[in-house]
Amino acid sequence: MKITTQEVGYVAHLARLDLSEDEKGTLTSQLNNILMYMDILNGVDTEGIQPMTHAISLGNVFRNDTEEKSIGVEMALANAPEGEMGFFGVPKIIE
Amino acid sequence: MTYETVIGLEVHAQLLTKTKIFCGCSTRFGQEPNSNTCPICLGMPGTLPVLNKKVVEYAMRMAHATHCRINRTSTWARKNYFYPDLPKGYQITQFDHPLAEAGYVDIETGGVKKRIGITRIHMEEDAGKSIHDDLSGSSYVDLNRAAVPLIEIVSEPDMRAPEEAAQYLRRLHEILVYLEICDGNMEEGSFRCDANISLRPEGQEAFGIRSELKNMNSFNNVQHALEYEILRQRAILERGDQVVQETRLWDASQGLTHSMRGKEEAHDYRYFPEPDLVPIVISDAWEEEIRAALPELPMEKRARFINKYGIPPYDAGVLTASRALADYYEEVVRLCERPKIASNWVMGDLLAYLNEAKLEIGESPVLPAALAQLIGIIGDGTISGKIAKEVFEGMWQSGKQPKEIVEEKGLVQITDTGELEKIVEGVLDAHQKQLEQYRAGKDQLFGFFVGQTMKATGGKANPEIVNELLKKKLSMS
Amino acid sequence: MELNRLTIHELQERLRDGTITSVEITESVYRRIASVEDRVHAYITLTQEAATEQARAADRRIQEGAGGALTGIPIALKDVLSTQGVRTTCGSRTLENFIPPYDATVVKKLKDAGAVFVGKTNMDEFAMGSSTETSRFGITKNPWDLERIPGGSSGGSAAAVAADECIASLGTDTGGSIRQPAALCGVVGLKPTYGRVSRFGLVAFASSLDQIGPITKDVEDCAIMMNAICGHDPQDSTSVPTEVPDYRTCLSRDIEGWTIGIPKEYFVEGVDPEIRASIDTAIKTLEGLGARCLDISLPHTEYCIATYYIIAPSEASSNLARYDGVRYGFRAPDGENLLDMYKKTRSSGFGAEVKRRIMIGTYSLSSGYYDAYYKKASQVRALIRDDFDRAFTKCDVILTPATPTPAFRIGEKMDDPLQMYLYDIFTLSANLAGVPGISVPCGYTKGGLPLGVQFMAGHFQEEKLLQIASAYEKNSDKEKRTPDL
Repeated sequence: MKITTQEVGYVAHLARLDLSEDEKGTLTSQLNNILMYMDILNGVDTEGIQPMTHAISLGNVFRNDTEEKSIGVEMALANAPEGEMGFFGVPKIIE
Repeated sequence: MTYETVIGLEVHAQLLTKTKIFCGCSTRFGQEPNSNTCPICLGMPGTLPVLNKKVVEYAMRMAHATHCRINRTSTWARKNYFYPDLPKGYQITQFDHPLAEAGYVDIETGGVKKRIGITRIHMEEDAGKSIHDDLSGSSYVDLNRAAVPLIEIVSEPDMRAPEEAAQYLRRLHEILVYLEICDGNMEEGSFRCDANISLRPEGQEAFGIRSELKNMNSFNNVQHALEYEILRQRAILERGDQVVQETRLWDASQGLTHSMRGKEEAHDYRYFPEPDLVPIVISDAWEEEIRAALPELPMEKRARFINKYGIPPYDAGVLTASRALADYYEEVVRLCERPKIASNWVMGDLLAYLNEAKLEIGESPVLPAALAQLIGIIGDGTISGKIAKEVFEGMWQSGKQPKEIVEEKGLVQITDTGELEKIVEGVLDAHQKQLEQYRAGKDQLFGFFVGQTMKATGGKANPEIVNELLKKKLSMS
Repeated sequence: MELNRLTIHELQERLRDGTITSVEITESVYRRIASVEDRVHAYITLTQEAATEQARAADRRIQEGAGGALTGIPIALKDVLSTQGVRTTCGSRTLENFIPPYDATVVKKLKDAGAVFVGKTNMDEFAMGSSTETSRFGITKNPWDLERIPGGSSGGSAAAVAADECIASLGTDTGGSIRQPAALCGVVGLKPTYGRVSRFGLVAFASSLDQIGPITKDVEDCAIMMNAICGHDPQDSTSVPTEVPDYRTCLSRDIEGWTIGIPKEYFVEGVDPEIRASIDTAIKTLEGLGARCLDISLPHTEYCIATYYIIAPSEASSNLARYDGVRYGFRAPDGENLLDMYKKTRSSGFGAEVKRRIMIGTYSLSSGYYDAYYKKASQVRALIRDDFDRAFTKCDVILTPATPTPAFRIGEKMDDPLQMYLYDIFTLSANLAGVPGISVPCGYTKGGLPLGVQFMAGHFQEEKLLQIASAYEKNSDKEKRTPDL
């Protein structure tokens, strides 16, 4: 076992996904299969290899500190499920 | 048992760029909610960040001013967590390759000098603001502040007392404002501080368990929160219990810290390299360009004022509290060439009037040239120091030059000995009783005659001449 | 001849000499859509009204003697490209009603060129899939066999071109999503070098792998599209400020003296015998044109799938965090509090494959697993890139099959995600290395399914790809067929 049902539950919480018991079961077995396949990488010696984070090497890409027009409150909220008085509305935040 | 306090601070400073860190939206404070937004800072699907060059330059200034080593290559990372004021579901920040590392700031508390280490300075984007409506239970999100540039300055756990922490913060604040990269406004959140604090038995090497304090929006709050936390932790340790590692919120109204326990889950931020941004590569030439353009910093300015103008360290401290005040003072000195008197006037009357009127030095109706002129006419005897106070008030109210006011009001000092002699004689004639008493040995009455003479001249008499004349007259007959 | 069946360059000639109008082309495209779309289902959204307006504007432009190679040409856009005022769904319930306030840079470029936008094409949800079966908006069928998948994730864009429901289209390619469906639908598909085309407005799946590219009826059209979409964009920090050549000029050059690398790792068991045979024929054709074949090795090939399926989901798990029901997109109505709203929204907004990849990615990045998965994969990725760098010192291009088998049946791999992932075996290495790749038709199976050959070249060597693809296209003796719909 690479990953337990309980860990699947924890990862789902991190990703803010709600999984039914059924889904959790299916995912646990699918993820185990996939993660087992990933084990193939253990056969590669990567000692001292710099991880590749970008497909091409570029550096120092900047913009100038010049103001551009904002899109306006109406446009900003046009797609919002809940918009009120110029704000995005969300249900109660329980911390 | 005696305990030693260990404090480390994390400071977030908003940078004074015109636009946000990754898009061209304005950073202006106090705008209509969500009006400073665009598809990029709203985290719309498909949008990409492009780095504002000014942010890097401002951060480099701070790195220099705090003696940090600027990394030749620094990179961006994503810090993943969900919150409504974080539009992309991740914050773009720097993680394993920050802009700068290993610097320091010197502080002084109770006459003792100390060096506080800076672990790192990195750049990141700010989050928006959530407003909670207790009535409806809903929350409302304003993303104007989302993606406003920040630098985070992380100190070493080098501070041993709340006063040191407060002093360190004041120094950082002063430097940021001097560099003109942050407005330093703590109430509006442009300068924010979180503190890590722990106690350990005196002599013990290992750190104790720490708590992280948040929600302190003034220097005093930081100091009070830390003082409270020391008492709280000491009580726990003395009971033989263990401090819980947690985040605590300072409640200024109650003067205590609250646990956020239970409200905060264990975080797993899943940092990884930001694929949408490329590394920042800083050449020697670029670093030198930034260094060369750095202004004189508060500590350097203070030392120079003491040496060059011969003013006491206390005066130098007050006068260099801001770059604008120091510049004002130096301009006055340049024009009047009397550093100590200039210092007295700037620190005394000028600052008092400014405080009273709640004005900044840049808004003063009395300009340096006018103050210098005032100091000049005191020095050449045109007016007395006492009259000068009256003239200053006139200058403050009308914005006029001191000479103009002196002329208008006829405040020129009476230095004509003949004229003053007559006045002194008149005063003595009018106070025969006091004269007798004086002659009978009541020396203290000398001051009374000076006062009466000044009164008779409306304060315009040259006090030295009056003194001389009185001495002469009183000893004569 | 129906105008919708013609290529960009054929239509452009006639538009120039005034024998046809863009309005006529556009009408013929929508007539075709009306007759076949219910069977093919290549589109999510059609924009006929706006298209007619754009066609009229293009006709005016052409009459004035202005306009360029794409003026008046009906083009389809994969529904992962942001279009101002036109909903952009990414094949997901999450963005079912999302109307972007801005155009992607490529969309802007095509607009400026005077193109006519037919509509937004179907795709695997958030481009995660190899068959266009994971779309919220139904399955796209392969025009050559309606029982089979068109490939994915740009299945709609490939099917629309193959079925003549547009003249050309744009797709996106994160692990083969342009080249693979192009091969399975018998059309040309090119994934440019990473950084060649701006990603601004491309809704991200895996940011370090995604590229936009054309899907066209022939190689010349592909070059025309490349001319229009390539180039530096200040809004994309990963876009490269290298000069863009005129890709049409290389089409007439021969390939005499070229060295074609044949990587042994791509010719292993599991490759369909008919594909093998068609590749062998293609190699002979190219040798006949004066090219020399060279056996080469890309030793880390066997690690590509594992590497890809760690890196892509990791980036995706972060890229898809923004779909939280706060600022746009679907929100579950019954969230009791914020956390509950997040979870309900994301669980019902995303389909099974997207959730699976978010899970893999979140796991790979999480505390305690980062080094073993994400970091390890990023290191292996460097080795894979080095393989290609070494190979391109020995050869001009690399030739491989585009897919291991012809188009499979709908539903065949849906229950076994790993089998679906393995289907990308020949295409995703180019994304990992960042190099360009093109898929060109190279015949049919006995059953009449199209097959593709893939060429890959070094960074920014798209000209080489177009040159050899064009040479091959002109000289292959395969008869030109069209799907029978």
